[in-house]
Amino acid sequence: MSTLRSEIRTSAPYDVEAIRNDFPFFDTGIAYLDSANTSQRPRQVLEAMEEYFTQYNSNIHRAVYRTSMQATERYDETRRKVREFINASSVKEIIFTRNVTDSINLVAYSWGRQNVREGDLIVLTVMEHHSNIVPWQILAQEKGARVAYVDIDDEGELRLDQFHDLLEQGPKLVAFAHVSNTLGTINPCRELTAAAHAAGAIVLIDGAQGVQHVGVDVQEVGCDFYGFTGHKILGPTGVGVLYGRRELLQAMPPFLGGRDMIKAVFLDHTDYAGLPEKFEAGTPAIAEVIGLGAAIDYLREVGLEAVRAHELDLTEYAVEALSEIEGLRIFGPPGLRRSGVVSFEIEGIHPHDLATILDRHDVCIRAGHNCAMPLMHRLDVPATARASFFVYNTREEIDRLLVGLHDAKRIFS
Amino acid sequence: MALDDQFYREYILDHYKNPRNFGRLDGADISHEEYNPLCGDLVGMDFRMQDGVIEDVRFHGRGCAISQASASLMTERLKGMRVEDARMISKEDVLDELGIEISPARLKCALLSLKVLKVGAYGLAGEEDDD
Repeated sequence: MSTLRSEIRTSAPYDVEAIRNDFPFFDTGIAYLDSANTSQRPRQVLEAMEEYFTQYNSNIHRAVYRTSMQATERYDETRRKVREFINASSVKEIIFTRNVTDSINLVAYSWGRQNVREGDLIVLTVMEHHSNIVPWQILAQEKGARVAYVDIDDEGELRLDQFHDLLEQGPKLVAFAHVSNTLGTINPCRELTAAAHAAGAIVLIDGAQGVQHVGVDVQEVGCDFYGFTGHKILGPTGVGVLYGRRELLQAMPPFLGGRDMIKAVFLDHTDYAGLPEKFEAGTPAIAEVIGLGAAIDYLREVGLEAVRAHELDLTEYAVEALSEIEGLRIFGPPGLRRSGVVSFEIEGIHPHDLATILDRHDVCIRAGHNCAMPLMHRLDVPATARASFFVYNTREEIDRLLVGLHDAKRIFS
Repeated sequence: MALDDQFYREYILDHYKNPRNFGRLDGADISHEEYNPLCGDLVGMDFRMQDGVIEDVRFHGRGCAISQASASLMTERLKGMRVEDARMISKEDVLDELGIEISPARLKCALLSLKVLKVGAYGLAGEEDDD
């Protein structure tokens, strides 16, 4: 793996200043180290959305005038971009949702209600975000199914022995995060998926922290469902994606009923639309979908490999510098097995207090349970502080983090 | 930074580092815990009651300086207080006692101990609180 990184590093130099110039937010002077929470958006995304609002604002899939056709065309164009971005085999496998939470709930309600029965087993992991736990708990409760969790080891990686033990019980569904939002652990998606499939399970991957940092090829991974969200990948809030394998989506009942998901409606029944419209009831977030298309363009132009190399560099720099702070403990796996997420705690200072003091230094980090309370319980901490990196971050921002942390130590000494 | 020193005043830090009435209470009449849903911070309180008076109270939990100092200050105030007086303690009282400006993001930290008191102690009196 280390050769991979040196190859990346010897490629064209990464011009982070040019990238930062595309992000108006950085005019504020704030050191933004919370992209795992939500990312900043480049001008290109804002302009694409503004262009829609000011030049061809209209509803899609309805009117016959040209502006509406333009809106429809731009909306559908994003679907093609998403298909390419994650290498799905067809645009019919790309469903626009509101976010990953929405994507997972769609699967839990539609596929889950149809396929999960009393006594069935659903396998999750302790590192999941609440949005990949709660929908399954609701489903399990409704159906009398069981939920079991794969634990992590001391380095914050999945206990594969336990995973395989659970597979022997023949679970109906296995769902896990591509990348942990707290530990930064990059899970071996292809290996986990293949094993789960061999055990007869359907596989859903929560790609909220994965698709923009390490990328995904859903055909290569072989998963049945994959979800990600626009606002963490330089796009706007309010738009997410669910990838689903076509045969599965075809067999699934609709999630929400309403406009656009119908072929014809009668007083006594409705004929549903085909894919992907069957799962896109109601007027969607049109500007946001168009913005998502621009975000994907932007990411692809920078290049995911370059993004990953840049984040690795920052992560390595941060881990090394943070390790020198007395009483500071870093969570998660070492080196290349981690994405650009560094969660930590400092003895005697609660993460909230750290974040408040850092805020006074104009440094944004996440402090809290990261929507992963079961993981906090597992790590035996009430909360963590988390710095996360993306395309536009710099070593200088990490230096500012360090200054703030030293100040916090002084105040709490 | 001067601002931070202002925010984390000495007595807040003192209550955080040396919490008063910290621990569990044997033979408690009321025990109640609340989590801050936003951050997972925990504050629990044990109360021993005698003739409508909070005879003894201890708190436990873990969280930030604000939530823990607030709980510590709260126990000092509650000891020996009549339940009906305790019921009068308002958000403003708690914030006044902390004596620092709490940003909206940290309000729930500051008021977690009040929530424990309300749901725990008032709950015993058979009253619900809407907050």
